[in-house]
Amino acid sequence: MPSMPSAPSLPKIGLLKGLSVTLKTMLKPATTVQYPHVKPDLPPRTRGVIALMDENCTVCMLCAKECPDWCIYIDSHKETIPASEPGGRSRTKNQLDRFAIDFALCMYCGICVEVCPFDALFWSPEFEYSTYSIKELTHEQERLRVWMDTVPPPPELEEGAELPSEISAGLDAARKAAEKEFEAIRAASGQAGGGAAAAATGAAAGGTLTRRQRYDAIHVDAQVDQATFDRLIGEGKSERMARAMAKAAYVRAEKTRILAAEGGGE
Amino acid sequence: MESVLSLENYWLGLGLKLGLLAGFFLTAPLVVGYIEHKALAHMQSRLGPMEAGGFHGWAQLVADGIKFIQKEDIIPRAADRWVFALAPGVALVPALVILAVIPMGPRLFAENLDAGIFFALAVSSLSVIGILMAAWSSANKYSLMGGLRAAAQLIAYELPLVLGAAAVVIQAGSMSLIDIVETQHAFTAFGVPVPYAVPQFIGFSLFYVAALAELSRPPFDMPIADSEIIFGHMTEYTGLRYAFFMLAEYAGMVVLSALATVLFLGGWYIWPGVGLPDGMLGTLIGFGVTMGKIIALTFVMIWFRATFPRLREDQLLRMSWLILIPLALLNIVLVAVFKVMV
Repeated sequence: MPSMPSAPSLPKIGLLKGLSVTLKTMLKPATTVQYPHVKPDLPPRTRGVIALMDENCTVCMLCAKECPDWCIYIDSHKETIPASEPGGRSRTKNQLDRFAIDFALCMYCGICVEVCPFDALFWSPEFEYSTYSIKELTHEQERLRVWMDTVPPPPELEEGAELPSEISAGLDAARKAAEKEFEAIRAASGQAGGGAAAAATGAAAGGTLTRRQRYDAIHVDAQVDQATFDRLIGEGKSERMARAMAKAAYVRAEKTRILAAEGGGE
Repeated sequence: MESVLSLENYWLGLGLKLGLLAGFFLTAPLVVGYIEHKALAHMQSRLGPMEAGGFHGWAQLVADGIKFIQKEDIIPRAADRWVFALAPGVALVPALVILAVIPMGPRLFAENLDAGIFFALAVSSLSVIGILMAAWSSANKYSLMGGLRAAAQLIAYELPLVLGAAAVVIQAGSMSLIDIVETQHAFTAFGVPVPYAVPQFIGFSLFYVAALAELSRPPFDMPIADSEIIFGHMTEYTGLRYAFFMLAEYAGMVVLSALATVLFLGGWYIWPGVGLPDGMLGTLIGFGVTMGKIIALTFVMIWFRATFPRLREDQLLRMSWLILIPLALLNIVLVAVFKVMV
């Protein structure tokens, strides 16, 4: 004998809860942004399109080789630069003729930007370059250069951060040159009257540490300086930035305090 | 009671009635469809149509209609041509015909039948024929499965629908929809004037659930369950014929909501015991009140669609035969006892 089908369980309170969820959502404003009328609020470093700083390009072809989609087209020719002085050797230079990116192929991986050793490729936040034809998505050098103007400047270094190697190398070179010059002047002016100057330089060069070196040697465990953090958030900085800057501010203040205390002890 | 639409000249009056009916039949579903677009979108934290027509996409469904007209009208080679072509028209008939007997305001109706509710329910059961015609003639297994599901579902839910309405007929003592509104206007439960939805809460819920199932509206949309059987009986339809099926669905929502309004919510009266001014002003206010109630009921249908997932066909049938029909019979007994005792 076939068994009697069992009656389904009666509806419970969950049905009403579900209704309340949809109703509440309906009464809240929608999250949709009416795009063509309202521009989206994108982060400044949005990866919208790849821009080219063509003066920096040396036609090394690294980007084109690394591109997984092979969407970068580069043409160039060699130019001979005549020797600068008679008897010198003339040099050759690669002159860029064409630099194009086919954004129909590009998958926005950013490897070309990463791999460029000469700061010629950058991410630009520009994203409104859709076209009616797929062929028009191959953008040439001129357009890529125009996008370069929309690239935000690199972020400022944090307080106390190491300088970029090219800048610190330049500074070191300048310092060495200045020392050399100083030595030369000292040698020229002879021993007379140089005692005081020599003592001062000696102290600075070796002997005891300079104030700056001592400042650098102090180690402080970083903490977030709450007042600075709140102020930066209030100024509209991102939380990440604000936290980093608030830590740097704390370390700076702490180091100055310790240094002052030691200086007082001397 | 004479309709305001009846003129001295019989044929002129008939033309006016038919014109207004056709106009209402073609515009009210668009309004409901637009509300569905917007309400569903906002319940999903979207905006819905915003461009067509300029102001909040009000012309979206007009644009859709124009698009449907432009589409190619495809009839599958294996299809039963005549039946396939006729089915959308047959599906449209019930909603259009029922509208003729529904009072939309004081003296605002096309025809006052003594057996109005009987006529409405009898005609509404025709809708299954249009669906079966479409399903069988499409020569498509998904269409056929959808059609069979629809047939089982529509027949199973005809009963709670009819029994729910029957309780109101017992209470009102009349089958004329206009008389039901008038007696409901004079109705009091223990001295408090209330519409029939209050004493017959069970009947109203049954009627509404059964109406949802009759219309194959979510959560009872198994006959056109798109994730299982593509689009049921509408799978093979394109262009204008498909649009007719959609029109039939939305017109059905309007018509069944209108029936529920008349049977349970007091029709064109704001509240039982609260009268309307005489003359044209009263008719207009009454029409507005009826439309307001209809739109509120259709909104709840849309709300259900946004909230509840689809049931399984067997769960649906079980619910009808094992819960709704016994409840409906119990409801009739209660109403009859109440009617005699009070």
